[in-house]
Amino acid sequence: MRRLFLILSLLIACSPGYAREAAPTAADVVVEKRMVAISEELRCLVCQNESLAGSQADLAKDLRREIREQIAQGKSDKEILDFMTGRYGDFVRYRPPLKGTTFLLWFGPFLLLVAGIAALGIILRRRGKRVAEATLSAEEQKRAEALLSLGGEEKP
Amino acid sequence: MNRFLLPLGIFIVLVAFLAIGLNLNPREVPSPLIGKPAPAFALPQLHKPEASFAPKDLQGKVWLLNVWASWCVSCRQEHPLLVELAKKGTVPIYGLNYKDPRDDALRWLQRYGDPYVLSIADAEGRVGIDYGVYGVPETYVIDRAGVIRYKQIGPVTQDVLEKTILPLVAELQK
Repeated sequence: MRRLFLILSLLIACSPGYAREAAPTAADVVVEKRMVAISEELRCLVCQNESLAGSQADLAKDLRREIREQIAQGKSDKEILDFMTGRYGDFVRYRPPLKGTTFLLWFGPFLLLVAGIAALGIILRRRGKRVAEATLSAEEQKRAEALLSLGGEEKP
Repeated sequence: MNRFLLPLGIFIVLVAFLAIGLNLNPREVPSPLIGKPAPAFALPQLHKPEASFAPKDLQGKVWLLNVWASWCVSCRQEHPLLVELAKKGTVPIYGLNYKDPRDDALRWLQRYGDPYVLSIADAEGRVGIDYGVYGVPETYVIDRAGVIRYKQIGPVTQDVLEKTILPLVAELQK
């Protein structure tokens, strides 16, 4: 009984702390939401396959701080994104703006698709012609009929 | 034979593209700041925190801004080159000490040598953000008018120094 009590009390002692983080004030929630929305649009340059929102790199933390501060200064989302592209280039945007240098990036896949469909069309048309052209001579016709009547087996 | 030529051609083109892609360094993001005036700032100097430094103090000079930190391992790789370059005196090198505790930075310079005319302490990394720094070390070549002409991402190598940075500096100094 005593041992059971000991084990139970140990189990209770082991339970994780239930301390809560300080509840953010209403204004903070709005700022955080906007900050996350903006930083999800941005690539972290240190670990390039992570968004700025998800990265734990030091630079990402600094940039999130920067975004928070700019939100507090009353800047618009566009102004903040422009701030980032002005320093790190279009590469930081997961959805880079449409312009001369990014034209191929946006439309390249569609160009490839169109090229693929065109190639397929040409190949199919050529093959169609080849099948139509294949006519049998009288002798071939006879042999074909013989084969078909035999059930498809050719005698040597 | 002819029917194999087209697929072979496409294959060769594909291989060429993949080879180029493999040899590109995805860490080297072209900086939009090239050809633009170096962002202004005023920060305390590392050795004399009471004195400050601003890029406009160097108007009329060609100079290098080298971003470094004591915690940066590849900075140690390029450092001997910078020390040597400083000895020759071809171009003044200014250091931007990025997010580094002052004591660590000073000790690091003592240990590996100090090629910088002076270092600027960017403890919070804000100037780094303005310069689009994302991987220390980085080196900027800034011309007489205060315009950024070149940015080296990652350590300066002998090759980069001799083939790119020094010729550019010589041309800008004319």
